[in-house]
Amino acid sequence: MRVASFWPVSAVLFVGVTAATFFVNEYYVVAGYMVLQGLIMATAWNILGGFTGYVNFGSAGFFALGAYTSVVLYTAIDPPLWVVIPAAAIVCGLLGLGAGYLTLRLRGVYFAIATLALAIVLETLMVNWDYVGGATGAFIITPDVPLFASYNAFLFVIMLALAIGSVGLARYLNHSRIGRGLTAIRDDEVAAECAGVPTLRLKLISTTIMGAMMGIAGSLYPYFVTFVEPLSAFNLIVAVNAIAMPMIGGTSSWIGPVIGALLLGSVQEWTKVNISSELNLLIVGVLLVGFVALAPRGILGLAQDFRARLRGPQKKEQGDDEPAAA
Amino acid sequence: MFSIDLLSNALVAGLLLGGFYAAVALGLSIVFGQLDIVNIAHPAFVILGSYVVYMTNSALGWDPVLAGVLFTPLFFALGVVVYRIYYSGFERTGRESLAGLAFFFGIMFILEVTIILIYGVDYRLVDAAYIGQTLRFGIIDLPYRMLVPFLTAMAMTAGIALYLSRTFTGRAILAVSQDRLALELMGANPIRIKSLAFGIGLATAAIAGALLIIIGPVEPSFGRVYIGRVFAIVILGGMGSIKGTLLAALLIGVSESMVQTFVGPSWADAVAFSVLLLTLVLRPQGLFGRL
Repeated sequence: MRVASFWPVSAVLFVGVTAATFFVNEYYVVAGYMVLQGLIMATAWNILGGFTGYVNFGSAGFFALGAYTSVVLYTAIDPPLWVVIPAAAIVCGLLGLGAGYLTLRLRGVYFAIATLALAIVLETLMVNWDYVGGATGAFIITPDVPLFASYNAFLFVIMLALAIGSVGLARYLNHSRIGRGLTAIRDDEVAAECAGVPTLRLKLISTTIMGAMMGIAGSLYPYFVTFVEPLSAFNLIVAVNAIAMPMIGGTSSWIGPVIGALLLGSVQEWTKVNISSELNLLIVGVLLVGFVALAPRGILGLAQDFRARLRGPQKKEQGDDEPAAA
Repeated sequence: MFSIDLLSNALVAGLLLGGFYAAVALGLSIVFGQLDIVNIAHPAFVILGSYVVYMTNSALGWDPVLAGVLFTPLFFALGVVVYRIYYSGFERTGRESLAGLAFFFGIMFILEVTIILIYGVDYRLVDAAYIGQTLRFGIIDLPYRMLVPFLTAMAMTAGIALYLSRTFTGRAILAVSQDRLALELMGANPIRIKSLAFGIGLATAAIAGALLIIIGPVEPSFGRVYIGRVFAIVILGGMGSIKGTLLAALLIGVSESMVQTFVGPSWADAVAFSVLLLTLVLRPQGLFGRL
């Protein structure tokens, strides 16, 4: 997309989709919310995973911490959403910063393993914390919103704005000085460090942004489902989707997770209704493994190859920007 | 609440539990520690082991430990296949860091969902004459459902340690992690050695799965909590050192048992993660390690 056309296109999209919430069946609003939630999670994951090359397996932990920040605030003072969302972003951003600070100086796999275990520890904490409902869960009562078709439609519109903002940020990072630094880290961390790229600081910036963005995605979840308990908030499918969507779309650019999330998210909403929700999970797993093994650059890569072939038998472009071995 | 009785029983229970943890971590110690393959699906394969043992136990009445041992060739073959896919798809092309991790994450998820599709999310358990009986030495209780896994795990650990240090192929496995080129110069094929080692790693998962389901009922997502635990053990033990893995497993078993007895059972899961983080921050090379 041209540099100038992203925001106008997004604005038109935002107005159009918001208007549509008044006319379509409530089901599409709910399904659309889930797709947007996946979109934000995938975009957040890709800032660290795709741009920097560090794998976060604990996305469900960040997501759930965002949700539980909302539950805590709701139980304490029930503030408006414009307080809840930044609060969740700050809490989860700090978690990302802390986890990154402790493990990002080591090899990348240690960060991956630490995030995986982190999600489990956070779940243990929430199960044991009675204030947020412990293992039984907590209810949230949502108020009426006069201007919208329903409360879900209201949340959907907020989520749409947040999703556009997240993608815009990812797009900015992708093209900015920071993004070039992150790419350098992904391709060869030692060389980047030698060339004067402040690798640790850049990695910490991207884990913090990733954490905050996942917290934002989670912060509205309690209001959306009105009942939160640890098992559903820490559901593994959140973490799997956050990885599968960028991997399927293509990790090298900001648009990859968007393509992956829209496709995989819609497929999931469709199979959940038309086939079964267990089989739906299996499809996601198989697609993830299939894409990483057979189409490592995702749909973006396939499209590039296809375009190269259309242009004729000229020399194929070197478009392989997969990360090198750590 | 605090008494010598309680303390000594918690200590013994911890040692028995730790011995079993060694069995779960052993395969990963070879695969992650020696081959440097981050197989986060290892606990999921252990759960698969539990379910095949459950299947033969409930349908044919086989003894769980025997069933676990009988399934090792199948798991070995599965391991060889998984490694071949991993090698041709990721290791050979140098993409193991991001895509390889995602590959194993996907496998873990597929295994879990497949088991849910076949058996549902209910807890499953096995029958054997000794489960439910307890050996008593004075104030110390030794329940057989812990003792049998402990002894089996010790035998397996000793067997693997002997195999790695005494046989030619065992030494070749140690060699492939240290200096691949030198191994090739000695006339051994590193890919063959690595598939062999990966196969052995998964074969231990069949037995570990049998032990897991002897200790208590198992459900499909049970493996997740073991991910932090087994990686904590392997890293604390110093990446691939069998002696270190055993010691770290016992250490974590005892700490968990103490926390369970004196703090509360629901906090035990958090112990391994704290150990993992502390190890990564303070001593990333582990107890007996090379970095």
